[in-house]
Amino acid sequence: MGFVWFWIVAVMLTAYVVLDGFDLGVGILFPLLANTEEQRRLMIRSIGPVWDGNEVWLLAAGGTLYFAFPLLYASSFSGFYLPLMIVLWLLILRGVGLELRMHIDDEVWRTFFDGCFFVASALLAVFFGAALANVIRGVPLGADHYFFLPLWTDWLPGAKPGILDWYTVIGGLVALVALAVHGALWLAVKVSGDLEAKAVRAVRRLWPALLVITGISVPATMIVRPAVLNNYEHYPILFIIPVAVVGALAAMRYLVGRNALGAFLASCGYLIFMLVGAAAGLYPRLLPSSTDATRDITIQEAMAGPYALHVGLLWWTFGILLALLYFITSYSMFRGKVSEQDSGYGH
Amino acid sequence: MDTLLLDRIHFAFTITFHYLFPQLTMGLALLIVIMKVLSLRPGGEAWNQAARFWAKIFAINFLLGVVTGIPMEFQFGTNWSEFSRLTGGVIGQPLAMEGVFSFFLESTFLGLFLFGEKRLSRVAHVGAAAMVWLGSWISGFFIIVTNAWMQHPVAYRILPNGTYDVTSFTGLLFNPWAWREYAHNMCAAVVTASFVVAATGAYYLLARKHEASGRLFVKMGVVAGLISCALQIFPTGDLQGKFAAQHQPAAIAGMEGLFHSEAGAPIVLIGQPDETTQHIDNPIVVNKVLSFLIYGTTAAEVKGLDQFPRDQWPSALPLLFYSYHIMAGLGTWFLLLMAAAAFALWRSRLYQTRWLLWPILLSFPLPYIATTAGWMTTEIGRQPWLVYGLLRTSQGYSTHVSAGNTLFTLLGFLGMYSVLSILWIILVYRLIEAGPEMEDAKLAPLTLTA
Ligand code: HDD
Ligand code: HEM
Ligand code: HEM
Repeated sequence: MGFVWFWIVAVMLTAYVVLDGFDLGVGILFPLLANTEEQRRLMIRSIGPVWDGNEVWLLAAGGTLYFAFPLLYASSFSGFYLPLMIVLWLLILRGVGLELRMHIDDEVWRTFFDGCFFVASALLAVFFGAALANVIRGVPLGADHYFFLPLWTDWLPGAKPGILDWYTVIGGLVALVALAVHGALWLAVKVSGDLEAKAVRAVRRLWPALLVITGISVPATMIVRPAVLNNYEHYPILFIIPVAVVGALAAMRYLVGRNALGAFLASCGYLIFMLVGAAAGLYPRLLPSSTDATRDITIQEAMAGPYALHVGLLWWTFGILLALLYFITSYSMFRGKVSEQDSGYGH
Repeated sequence: MDTLLLDRIHFAFTITFHYLFPQLTMGLALLIVIMKVLSLRPGGEAWNQAARFWAKIFAINFLLGVVTGIPMEFQFGTNWSEFSRLTGGVIGQPLAMEGVFSFFLESTFLGLFLFGEKRLSRVAHVGAAAMVWLGSWISGFFIIVTNAWMQHPVAYRILPNGTYDVTSFTGLLFNPWAWREYAHNMCAAVVTASFVVAATGAYYLLARKHEASGRLFVKMGVVAGLISCALQIFPTGDLQGKFAAQHQPAAIAGMEGLFHSEAGAPIVLIGQPDETTQHIDNPIVVNKVLSFLIYGTTAAEVKGLDQFPRDQWPSALPLLFYSYHIMAGLGTWFLLLMAAAAFALWRSRLYQTRWLLWPILLSFPLPYIATTAGWMTTEIGRQPWLVYGLLRTSQGYSTHVSAGNTLFTLLGFLGMYSVLSILWIILVYRLIEAGPEMEDAKLAPLTLTA
């Protein structure tokens, strides 16, 4: 049961990263790619009807985590108190920036909200990457399974780490670059003309950076947390995952400019394999301790009662099938390139 | 200030602010469906225009509901970690179900509803509106189930490690407290929406602009308002009160300001409770009414606070007393106002009767106040318990988060939400000023939809 719920939560978080990832990416590229108001509108329209649904994956994953692993939810959410609150503020800023920019036809108004949208998207990517890196590095769990991390201490992943240290900053940068590329590839699918060409060019420029930073993150992880390799050594089949990551990177580079959808899917593959690789390294731990391996929060300890998990599996399966149905409906209603003429409710 | 107090203020502030938006969107979703259905009749174009107008107001409130709702979902873990750890096995369930069953539904169909008027057939567009309504009401249901378990825990057992585990899924979802709470609360959402619609109409009539729409809005708001205000008091409010008297007698005693048990207990209409002398100052009372309201006979004995040890008294007694009285007092006013308006409407005089249109206009903030007061009654009445009878509030908060950090984020939310309030006022005011007949091209579009 615990195994199933571990992967359910992992899949939901991955779905969040892959889906909301591209709209975060569009936000990161927003001021860099668009230089006319028309192009800005196109960028916004390329994510307009779907971003909110994408974000729901975060909520649903959070709720599922709460219900399946209450101890983990309690410990990690209170321990990562400050970064989480900052993430909440950024999510507010981003949603508001994205939605309200068009409400008043005034340059100052728009510029302000565009700024909110860009800054919040970029910082969110960094925070999400750093968050994952924190989980991989481990946190100083107490005997009661709780901890509290300040934003930074001495920037070293040692005995008294902060949320940010050199290792988690690398994690943040990986996310920033990966999501920017992901967003550019989405744009290449959804827009045409000048903007599409710019998106393709952006991918070509960012790709080497992504390659390098991904490359750096692997040895960095080995240094900070050698134990992640244990599972890989036990089940060598898992080495398929890093191979798949490299394959996805290569496919992404090859396909961009040739087959927009293929390149975007390659980028989805990259994100999925990176996250699955991390999850495979953690299992069966949910949150490792950085000081004392006996204090790791494991699936076994954090799991809710058996009855709840059983019933949960029934409604969860049903609910997610429904959700998939909604997603297919809305993405297919919204398929094809966005154009200037498209508009919403009577606009 | 200690962390516990700050955590409580943190939660109270963020949830109260959040709930300003869903109470309107849940009610408005229903009214929009009704407008869309009316628009299907021959000559119903005016209703369609009305629906389109309210959909824009809906979208802004929905956005604010979404962005302020996300912090709620996280706060159980950040600020109430012990509570989450202990009860996650029970109430994590409805909370997770809310995400899976309603937020996906709502966000998808809102996109279709706002985006798809030209692409969908007329009937399918009504269907999309109905799905948005359904999604928001399912969302309300799961959140009420969560809250109801805290008020009246059922279907649980305690595991050896001290955490709670659910024992019956249906028992949890059909908690007898939950359906009473749901009925009363959803009815309140319709009250809020009705008042907002009616007040907008009254404003148009008083200002002599967009008058055709104004008449439509007043009519719809008054009819929906009369029905929902009546249901608000009876049977839903009455049911809640009677059930709470059985299961949370200390809360009821605090709400009514009844310090001493009494047979034939009077109801206090106005007064100021004094906890030290255990006495209501300057009371205006009606004899025997409280016994009647709770037990159906004027002679029954009602338990006063003296029946309970001091450490089980609701901890913010005067606030509880005032919250309850504000809710019930406003509820009475709503019914009187809507009844008078409905009477004038029936005699075809309402649109010209300016002295009646004025109070309808000015009353639009009051349902927000009544609803907030109602929730304060429920939540403060539950104190000192976080889960009634099982877990004290002082045992539920995150002890590892220092008061300084909590205050920091509380101030952050205060600042953030002040800005949101200002934006909300500007945007809603602009839409109302522009009016339903405004050509959409002149209003910058909503991007959620574009
Ligand atoms: C428009 C808003 C509104 C109005 C006019 C009323 N209520 Fe209410 N009331 C609510 C909005 C509300 C609410 C905010 O929606 C609450 C909070 C939780 C709930 O389910 O509904 C609530 C809770 C609530 C409770 C639960 C308290 C507890 O749990 O301890 C009782 C006993 C009443 N109400 C009773 C009444 C009565 C007798 C009213 C008649 C005048 C009344 N309400 C009018
Ligand atoms: C399902 C919905 C809700 C849940 C699960 C919930 C839960 C909680 C929790 C965990 C607390 C903190 C502990 C405490 O001080 O009691 C709290 C307090 C509070 N909540 Fe709720 N709440 C819900 C809905 C609401 C709503 C909609 C409002 C108001 C509009 C509200 C108003 C308050 C207030 C005012 C407090 C502070 C009470 C006090 O500190 O004395 N709650 N609630
Ligand atoms: C502690 C309590 C609460 C939590 C954790 C919470 C959580 C949330 C979240 C995360 C969202 C955003 C959903 C999205 O992305 O679409 C939201 C919106 C919403 N919430 Fe809350 N909420 C709480 C209290 C309430 C209450 C008491 C109600 C009503 C009964 C309510 C009704 C809604 C509705 C209808 C929405 C949809 C947005 C809208 O229509 O404005 N919430 N809530």
